[in-house]
Amino acid sequence: MALDEGTVARVAHLARIRVKDERLKPLAGELDTIVNWVEQLGEVDTNNVAPMTSVVEMQAHWRQDAVSDGGYSDRVTGNAPDGVADPEGAFYGVPKVVE
Amino acid sequence: MSDLLDLSLAEASDKLRSREISATELTEAYIAAMAETVDLNCYITETPEKAREMAAASDARLAKGEGGAMEGIPIGMKDLFCTEGTLTTAASHILDGFVPPYESTVSGNLWDAGAVLLGKTNLDEFAMGSANITSYYGAVRNPWTRQSEPDTELVPGGSSGGSAGAVAARAALAATGTDTGGSIRQPASLTGLVGMKPTYGRCSRWGIVAFASSLDQAGPLTRTVRDSAIMLGVMAGHDPKDSTSVDTPVPDYGAALTGDIRGLKVGIPREYRIDGMPEEIEALWAQGVDWLKQAGAEIVDISLPHTKYALPAYYIVAPAEASSNLARYDGVRYGLRIDGETLDEMYANTRGEGFGDEVQRRVMIGTYVLSAGYYDAYYLQAQKVRTRISEDFRNAWDSCDVLLTPATPSAAFGVHEKFNDPIQMYLNDVFTVTGNLAGLPGISVPAGLDKDGLPLGLQILGRAFDEETVLKTAAVLEEASGFSALPALRAGRG
Repeated sequence: MALDEGTVARVAHLARIRVKDERLKPLAGELDTIVNWVEQLGEVDTNNVAPMTSVVEMQAHWRQDAVSDGGYSDRVTGNAPDGVADPEGAFYGVPKVVE
Repeated sequence: MSDLLDLSLAEASDKLRSREISATELTEAYIAAMAETVDLNCYITETPEKAREMAAASDARLAKGEGGAMEGIPIGMKDLFCTEGTLTTAASHILDGFVPPYESTVSGNLWDAGAVLLGKTNLDEFAMGSANITSYYGAVRNPWTRQSEPDTELVPGGSSGGSAGAVAARAALAATGTDTGGSIRQPASLTGLVGMKPTYGRCSRWGIVAFASSLDQAGPLTRTVRDSAIMLGVMAGHDPKDSTSVDTPVPDYGAALTGDIRGLKVGIPREYRIDGMPEEIEALWAQGVDWLKQAGAEIVDISLPHTKYALPAYYIVAPAEASSNLARYDGVRYGLRIDGETLDEMYANTRGEGFGDEVQRRVMIGTYVLSAGYYDAYYLQAQKVRTRISEDFRNAWDSCDVLLTPATPSAAFGVHEKFNDPIQMYLNDVFTVTGNLAGLPGISVPAGLDKDGLPLGLQILGRAFDEETVLKTAAVLEEASGFSALPALRAGRG
């Protein structure tokens, strides 16, 4: 199956990556090559084979359902490009979402 | 000064404890070495002031007869480990200015054991690459050069290329790496170092910038197997903050290096003899077999029938997990933000600008194979193939204890060679990636030089959580090979 420019544009949108129009065609070629190459996995007989979910056998740990960390929102938002710390608390600034 | 730089981690530890040398002296030698080798671009951020403070604190502890297993040892930290108060970039534009308010568990373990931070080492962007040429902060140059053309800049391998370059160039005594498809073992092989990827779950992944969470493991890059054993012992251990970290005791890895492998069964997987493999690598592999045989091991031919499907399976699983992990870089909470009219536009602008070409490719491949209608055909099938690959190894362990394979299909290559085709680049990891898919421990040991004087490594793979046998076998290989060559572009030559 060939990956065309339209598919790449759709995938780029799903991935929220802005791709310039002139990059769509070369990118379609690159991704198509990779996808064609991985398609050889179809040759493997996987009837009655369970997909891997955990690479080593281990038992999940139990822990107390209790807060173990936190209470420093100013440090958490300290790296934000548009962070605001005001008396109400610390916030992230983003473009207007609701009109 | 070059004498100080030539000490192994184990030797330096002994001299620090006997107060023959001080941590400050050793650290100053390495700070000077970083400056001397700055053109190799091994570090993204150097932290000499922090190093001096940490060394002074180590000296104070050593003077009282205290100190941990890495006391006073100056190391490089791959810039994928979050370090509290020190810039952490993952070699990506998108993490511009990110200063973590917390410390990764593995780096914290190293500081608790007394290690000294020299700086944050360069890597492929988000650890995606096998040549350290995708870093936003520029490529790393391998300190090794070809005898026939010494001016050609060679790659150190990747993704832990800055760590490997720094340790090989004597700009760090040891360094941390992470290995998702071979990112510790492959650069170790290309720079003449020992690189160890432990079993999945042995080291905590908490605070390491995530690439592919079911494959990522941290491990050491060192100059000797003994150094690897010491450093791994410090890095490993259960961490309640990482639900995939395993709660089993960490053995004394140094004690495993007995030199005695009599009766050990070493498997030679026939599928690792790939088309177009250089004769030198084939010959080195045969030499490795001889060395282990002479040391009393029994050689067993084995088969891992699904080997050829490991790389394609990896290039579905790893990008799929990456596309999910990298969703967090959206310009809201940290790093780069490129404004847009709407929130969606801001996300897309930030990610379009902030991610490099290779990262964009992989995020898009991951998004595609996970998207509606394709999930079963690609992702689910890849996870089933992964089960098959794991079964291959389980069957192999019925007849052998470890495997011996080449570490890489070639020696270090030029910065501008192998560029055109992403799949050619992916093939660098053909011998290492199976270990990640099956979660097994693996180590690359320098074993010889090619005709151009470049190092080549051999790999030992072992059973899950049997790092001890892997290290023991590696130490026997190291002893037999007597590898002592040094790279041309190292610090302290004059």
